[in-house]
Amino acid sequence: MIIFVSLLVLIMLVAAIAALIFRDLLSAVIASCLVSLLASILFLFLQAPDVAMAEASIGAALITAVFVIAIRRTDRYEE
Amino acid sequence: MRSIAIIILLAIVAVGIGVALMAIPFGVAKTQVGDHYTESGIGDTGASNIVTSVVVGYRAFDTLGEITILFVAAMGLGAVLAGGRKLGQRRDVEPASLILRTGCRFLFPLLLLFGAYIFIHGHLTPGGGFQGGAVIASAFLLVYLSCPGRRVSKVWSQTTESLGALTFVVLGLVGLTVGGHYYLSSFMPHGVVNELFSAGIIPVIYVAIGLKVGSDLTGIIDGMMEETI
Repeated sequence: MIIFVSLLVLIMLVAAIAALIFRDLLSAVIASCLVSLLASILFLFLQAPDVAMAEASIGAALITAVFVIAIRRTDRYEE
Repeated sequence: MRSIAIIILLAIVAVGIGVALMAIPFGVAKTQVGDHYTESGIGDTGASNIVTSVVVGYRAFDTLGEITILFVAAMGLGAVLAGGRKLGQRRDVEPASLILRTGCRFLFPLLLLFGAYIFIHGHLTPGGGFQGGAVIASAFLLVYLSCPGRRVSKVWSQTTESLGALTFVVLGLVGLTVGGHYYLSSFMPHGVVNELFSAGIIPVIYVAIGLKVGSDLTGIIDGMMEETI
């Protein structure tokens, strides 16, 4: 159990750093979506299903959609 | 010279915060309010979900603030996007693939049902108005992605939103005057715990919040998509 959780936290950290590094903003948004998704799984393990549901639906779905629409409207690549 | 001064200043602040945090015992309950909620939450509000009894029971006034923030955010986005609207610049949109369209037609009613289930059962199971509203908004997002021409009726979404907000405020004020001495005090019988029609006004409030949050978030997506397409 502790190994699984630490693996999730590790992937989350990698995704968070990747979101900072990526020059392609679409990839960065997908990476931050992964952070939210893993955070919601971790909230579930911490016995906070209410927070997990909010994080999964707002953090992983709606925020990503809003960012993708905004990127489509502007530039995809960071200078 | 200036950067050294900044570093020294930051170090002083860091030490100050560190000393302050060291004084707080770790892993020990700092206040008794959490224990009080878990012990008497069911008895006070009749909701078997303790989180719900805090969100729309003990801390209902904070929820009013949260809803106001969401409303102001949606309104601000609408104002910003309406300012920069360029008419006649609509891009040609390719139709969505068959898989997306068929999947959307299948999933849309199920997602609506699931969102409604989450906020109607907010006092019994995990979840509540905010989560259910977000699920309903994601159902509408799916429609926007699969059928680019379709739009949610602005009149309906604004009416739903206003009705939800009005219900929340009016019931809260009625609770303040009739039920007790705090905002949204329950003035209806609690009923039997763990039944659908229980927990006083909490289910009514959660339906109002769910509809309001759902139409708010749908309005945000609607504004963004209208700009894009």
